[in-house]
Amino acid sequence: MASVFRPLKETRHEAALFRRRALAGFLIIVVCLLALSVRFRYLQVEQHDEFSTRSEANRVLTRPLAPARGLIYDRNGVLLAENVAAFRLEVTPEQAGDLQHTLDALAGVIPISDDDIARFNTLRKGKRSYQGIVLRLKLSEEEIAKFSINRWQFPGVEVVPYLTRSYPLGAEFAHTVGYVGRIDSDDMARLDKDDYAGSTHVGKTGIERYYEDRLHGEVGYEKVEVNADHRPLRTLPDGLAPKPGENLYLSIDSHLQEVAEAAFEGRAGAAVAIDPRNGEVLAMVSVPSFDPNPFVNGIAGADYAALLAAEDKPLLNRVLRGGYAPGSTMKPFVGLGGLELGLRKPSDTVLSTGEFFIPGQSRAYRDDVRGGSGRVDLVQAIAQSVNTYFYSLALDMGIDRFSGFMSRFGFGKPTGIDLIGESGGVLPSKEWKRGRFNQPWYPGETVIAGIGQGYWVVTPIQLGNAVATMANRGVPHVPHLLRAAQSGIDRKVELVDKAAALPSVIKKPDNWLAIEQGMIAVVSSGTGRGVNDGFPYVIAGKTGTAERYSRTDETWTSISSGPIERHQVLFEAFTPADDARIAVAVALEAGRSGAHDAAPIARKILDAWLPGDREAQGNLLGARAPAPDATTQAAR
Amino acid sequence: MIEEVVAQLRYRAGSLWRKPRVDLPLLGALALLMGVGLMTLYSASDLDRGQVISQALRFALGLVLMLLIARIPPLSLRNWTPWLYAGSVLLLLAVAALGEGRGAHRWLDLRVLRFQPSEMLKLTMPMMVAWYLNGRPLPPSWLTLGVVGVLIAIPAALVAEQPDLGTALLIAASGAFGVFLSGLAWWRIGLLLGAFAAAVPVGWHFLHDYQRNRVLTLLNPEADPLGNGWHIIQSKIAVGSGGVWGRGWHHGTQSRLEFLPEHTTDFIFSVFAEEWGLVGVLLLLALYVFIIARCLWIAAEAKDTYARLLAGAISMSLFVYVMVNGGMITGMLPVVGVPLPLVSYGGTSAVSLLAGFGVLMSIHAHRKAVGN
Repeated sequence: MASVFRPLKETRHEAALFRRRALAGFLIIVVCLLALSVRFRYLQVEQHDEFSTRSEANRVLTRPLAPARGLIYDRNGVLLAENVAAFRLEVTPEQAGDLQHTLDALAGVIPISDDDIARFNTLRKGKRSYQGIVLRLKLSEEEIAKFSINRWQFPGVEVVPYLTRSYPLGAEFAHTVGYVGRIDSDDMARLDKDDYAGSTHVGKTGIERYYEDRLHGEVGYEKVEVNADHRPLRTLPDGLAPKPGENLYLSIDSHLQEVAEAAFEGRAGAAVAIDPRNGEVLAMVSVPSFDPNPFVNGIAGADYAALLAAEDKPLLNRVLRGGYAPGSTMKPFVGLGGLELGLRKPSDTVLSTGEFFIPGQSRAYRDDVRGGSGRVDLVQAIAQSVNTYFYSLALDMGIDRFSGFMSRFGFGKPTGIDLIGESGGVLPSKEWKRGRFNQPWYPGETVIAGIGQGYWVVTPIQLGNAVATMANRGVPHVPHLLRAAQSGIDRKVELVDKAAALPSVIKKPDNWLAIEQGMIAVVSSGTGRGVNDGFPYVIAGKTGTAERYSRTDETWTSISSGPIERHQVLFEAFTPADDARIAVAVALEAGRSGAHDAAPIARKILDAWLPGDREAQGNLLGARAPAPDATTQAAR
Repeated sequence: MIEEVVAQLRYRAGSLWRKPRVDLPLLGALALLMGVGLMTLYSASDLDRGQVISQALRFALGLVLMLLIARIPPLSLRNWTPWLYAGSVLLLLAVAALGEGRGAHRWLDLRVLRFQPSEMLKLTMPMMVAWYLNGRPLPPSWLTLGVVGVLIAIPAALVAEQPDLGTALLIAASGAFGVFLSGLAWWRIGLLLGAFAAAVPVGWHFLHDYQRNRVLTLLNPEADPLGNGWHIIQSKIAVGSGGVWGRGWHHGTQSRLEFLPEHTTDFIFSVFAEEWGLVGVLLLLALYVFIIARCLWIAAEAKDTYARLLAGAISMSLFVYVMVNGGMITGMLPVVGVPLPLVSYGGTSAVSLLAGFGVLMSIHAHRKAVGN
């Protein structure tokens, strides 16, 4: 083969050369594969732990399990907030294919609103395409049936069971229990991400919001093995069951609540009933109200706009945020201030001529009755609501001492009830006016403060709290709604620790007796005559009729004449007068007078509570709140 | 007439059976390797018998091809070599002109069968280099080297253009090994390697974006954990979680749960490493070393330069497969589509590998008969 013209090939030499080269090549190969082995050793021995962990992290997905939210009951065990099984429609984009087409086709089967689509698109942003996204909540049975028939057309669309919050009594407790809603970005910033990893809803208002920590429970988790597409393949044995939230028992009596609400007959206003012995709120009503149920799974935009635009403001919680001029309901408190501060004795009298003048000034401050009520002592002044008595008393007190004494009853600041969003009202003082208007205080403002007018603004819960304090002979309790809690279905319902009673704000018990006399006289012979008729216990009360605008026409001969809208009317009461078990405050935004319009509402509340001993029979736990001790004092 | 042909065929088949002309240690090692491959594939395919059977059939086809090639005397192979080389380069050109494939033009659809002409070059390339060097005085001169360089560069460039960097690398390496084994002076080797290193920055410009990304990804896989880095990260997790003793057959979660991409083909070594651990990996590498050593031994026994160089180049190419694949799955080398010989799922590669071993068997069988 080798050509003679080419240099000679030395076959033997080539073979030897090849062997050397093959050996060299083999050594190089062995060295390289040894290097590869070292690399394997590095990964499989030195980094084994790290890669094992990462392999596990790949494989196992920890899925949070939402705890069941605690239920809310009234004091008798009537369910106010429950969890009901419902079905929602979820779409998994990754499996659904053409999403727009799927949504369009779905809309042909079951109703899907623009709101649903908008919310769906918002939710989509925060999720991976393999995660299911809620399109519709609370499907009706008909909708489920319709979807089930057409299900084959919709890969990646599923009907998923869940628990949704429901408020069986609806509007009646909307302002007390409140409602939960879907967690939004504001909530997300506030809440612990881990605790709420599985939760879709959070308390937005009312008890649901205030006791969110107790109601929510503790998140659990399950471990599922997933593949690279994050599809769950099976649930692994190790996990942690979620701990359901506490069941809460409110001090409210739903029957009393119902009676109180009905008594308003739809007129805008608010009422509060408190057990003065312990501060338990027995009823709190804000009229009008709204159905909280649509808010749970997202209220339609148009419905929400309508609620916001409604003239009588159903969304406003009047008990906590409604501002009312307290008017004459303040007279017992002002009178008590006169006695306590040593400015008056119960027997001291004042001549009411129909007009009161500050010495050296010409402006007249009127009595309600033309020509006045003549010479009256404290009891008569309260019973007949004689302005002049309180004009002169307030003037003698001066605004500093006046507002100082009134703040003992909680005016001008939130009561501390266990609800969010309470307004503090306004208790006028020099500092307040300087801060608010940067103006000095005038004596005339002290005079009208004496009859609960002027800048003074109270909320119904403040008034109820003040009346309860008065009823309890000056011993205040922070009003509250939470009465008992149950930390698991197998656990006992236990009363929650109450705040200790504070020292009485009244120094001399005799002074209280004089005021009590006056308030009893109100309903027996005074402005609230007739309120006590047919009631088994003695009622102590006081009417209030605050002008929303002044008399402009002299033909309005008395306070109760003129158009009905002219007045905010109030009534406060407690009974039995000597050993009060219930204190009530009622405010109506429009009415002829406190006695005419507000007092009957208060009476219906009292009727529903005491005579049938509903108080005694409707006590789920039998015993009253345990006596507070030193440890619970420290707790609050 | 027909009876004659039949009789001839029966005689041939009979002699194939009686005198298989195989090297038993090599055949045994290959059988063991294929067994390991099928077992790993069964696990990696999540117990898919269909895939295992189809791979076994390809092995069978490859083994028949191997036995047939083993009967061809190296002399005949040598005579056919230029034609085979020219033919496969022409096919490459045909693919470049009218081929089809997934993203890359690799496949030639002949209606009856689809195949990658580049696979043929894995064999015809070392054959051509051996053929050329066989006729030249060795160690080769610069001129010889230049001609061989052109012979290697043309098909390698065509394949790299497809683009299939892995195969181009294997083809070029098989040619280069022929030159190395021919006794090219060490200083010339050093010079060539230096020139090659200098050309790397130039070559960078000719790489496709996805190829550049693979190299960049190698340097920092965590930078793009869901994109280019995914392969490397998941493969390293699979290998690392295997530990010393492995997680056991079909207990590797990385492939079963589909975290590991291409876990039956290019990344099957990761599955093996996860399930059999460092011990399994070392044993498997030892098996490869044995096969390479045996092949080099056969090469050294060969009586003519052509056969020696061809056998040596084929054996050392096997090392390139193992090294590039092993380096890839451990994150040492970029992701290049090089299968693990006789373990990765895939027909063409298995058949072409076994054909290569057929050449080795032939050289072994004819070691005494042919001289130069």
